[in-house]
Amino acid sequence: MAAEGKLGIQRCSDCQLLRHPPRPMCGQCHSLQWDSVEASGRGTICSYTVLTHPQFPGYDYPLVIVLVDLEEGTRLLSQLVDCEPAAVDFGLPVQMHIQEDADGFKLPVFRLAEDR
Amino acid sequence: MPISLRDEAAIAGIGLTGFSKHSGVSELSLAAQCITAACDDAGVEPGEIDGLVSYTLDSTDEIEVARAVGAADLSFFSKINYGGGAAVGTIAQAAMAIATGQASTVVCYRALNGRSGKRMGQGVSGDIVTSDLVHWSWYMTYGMLIPGSWIALVANKYMQRYGVTREDLGRVAISQRNHAQRNPRAWGYGRELTMQQYLAAEPIAYPLCLYDFCQETDGGCAILVTSAERARDLRHKPAVIRGVTQASTQGQEQMTSFYRDELESLPEMEMAAARVYEQAGLGPDDIDAACLYDAFTSEVIMQLESFGFCARGEGKEMVREGALDRDGRLPNNTHGGLISEAYIHGMNNIAEGVRLVRGASTGQPDKPVNHVLVSSGVGVPTGALILGSD
Repeated sequence: MAAEGKLGIQRCSDCQLLRHPPRPMCGQCHSLQWDSVEASGRGTICSYTVLTHPQFPGYDYPLVIVLVDLEEGTRLLSQLVDCEPAAVDFGLPVQMHIQEDADGFKLPVFRLAEDR
Repeated sequence: MPISLRDEAAIAGIGLTGFSKHSGVSELSLAAQCITAACDDAGVEPGEIDGLVSYTLDSTDEIEVARAVGAADLSFFSKINYGGGAAVGTIAQAAMAIATGQASTVVCYRALNGRSGKRMGQGVSGDIVTSDLVHWSWYMTYGMLIPGSWIALVANKYMQRYGVTREDLGRVAISQRNHAQRNPRAWGYGRELTMQQYLAAEPIAYPLCLYDFCQETDGGCAILVTSAERARDLRHKPAVIRGVTQASTQGQEQMTSFYRDELESLPEMEMAAARVYEQAGLGPDDIDAACLYDAFTSEVIMQLESFGFCARGEGKEMVREGALDRDGRLPNNTHGGLISEAYIHGMNNIAEGVRLVRGASTGQPDKPVNHVLVSSGVGVPTGALILGSD
């Protein structure tokens, strides 16, 4: 769904349980049927790290990585952009947006929420 | 009635290669060298080996090793997944094989050119064709390529919740570096570490800095397991396997179990603790020393809680009291550990557990050591082992 500018969360079509990362079977009811819901993109920072070394090509360092509690109840690992490393903290509200790289690859990333 | 593994098997031999940053030889050579060294240590001929156990990450297949060392016909061979999570799992497999008569002389081994050859943290590439590669794609896409980056998210949350400081992590690094000053095999031998140096180190993955990380090492380590009865007739005092288990819990991923309700505990290690204590008929008060898996300093503090040496959140107090030092409540990684001796993926910590039971560690505590706890990798499917003196 990221290619369409959306953040999807996998949902069991039978018991409606949301699951992430996606997998083929529902661990609760064993259904193989699933669809997805569109996430609001709102969440809070559950944990974070700032990567400085080693530096791999294609990434901007220092790289702020966040584990986000999405308001729908699942978690997502992503990057926090447009944020000084010193400003990141536990519990801060964040908002997802889709970032497109030079190759046209689209990826959900987060910014600190403006209305925090 | 199921077979209990308590006191069925024992470690009779340990074998090491030299440790370096550039071995100049193949991983097969390292494997063959440490396996024959373990046989020498035990007083057993390599031609008696009928079982071999290693890690899926090991490049050296059992049959290559068997030909290289002139092993007997093999009736048992297995490899265990999940990196350092395999460490004491290899001993669990060996003990089961011996207790059930599948083999009589099993060698567990890990040999790697971990610095000069394939290093950790290089990421994966190519077609996404396995469930494991699909799993990594959720993290590596964002630049999370090194093990320290995965552990950092857990360490940061744990430290914030319980008020653990960088100095507390430093106490773990320095305690183990102090142990290494007595161990000429150790990379840290002759390289003392002060708190000032620790705190000034290069950041890598906040809150983890250089000295929070284990070594990268070229080397091999082998552990020879046989029946407790036979071990009593061999060269050394046996390190009897009182209990050993593997453990993986709900929501388990390999290093990235980020979706459990809380990040600041290690459910798989708590499972390993409960099982190994029950099997051994022992509890934390009976453990005299430990080799807690130490790919990162933060993991050691968290495991003090997982194994019940203190309550949740109190690991930092134990460390501040010097519990991990040679004269402390729980001398830990008295050879220097993965942080300051060598990174042989946890096998060298098992070897140190054997030395402690024999009374032969360079960091041997002055107190009697009757039971030693050894753990496997942290944040992965793991396991725990209790070795006892006979």
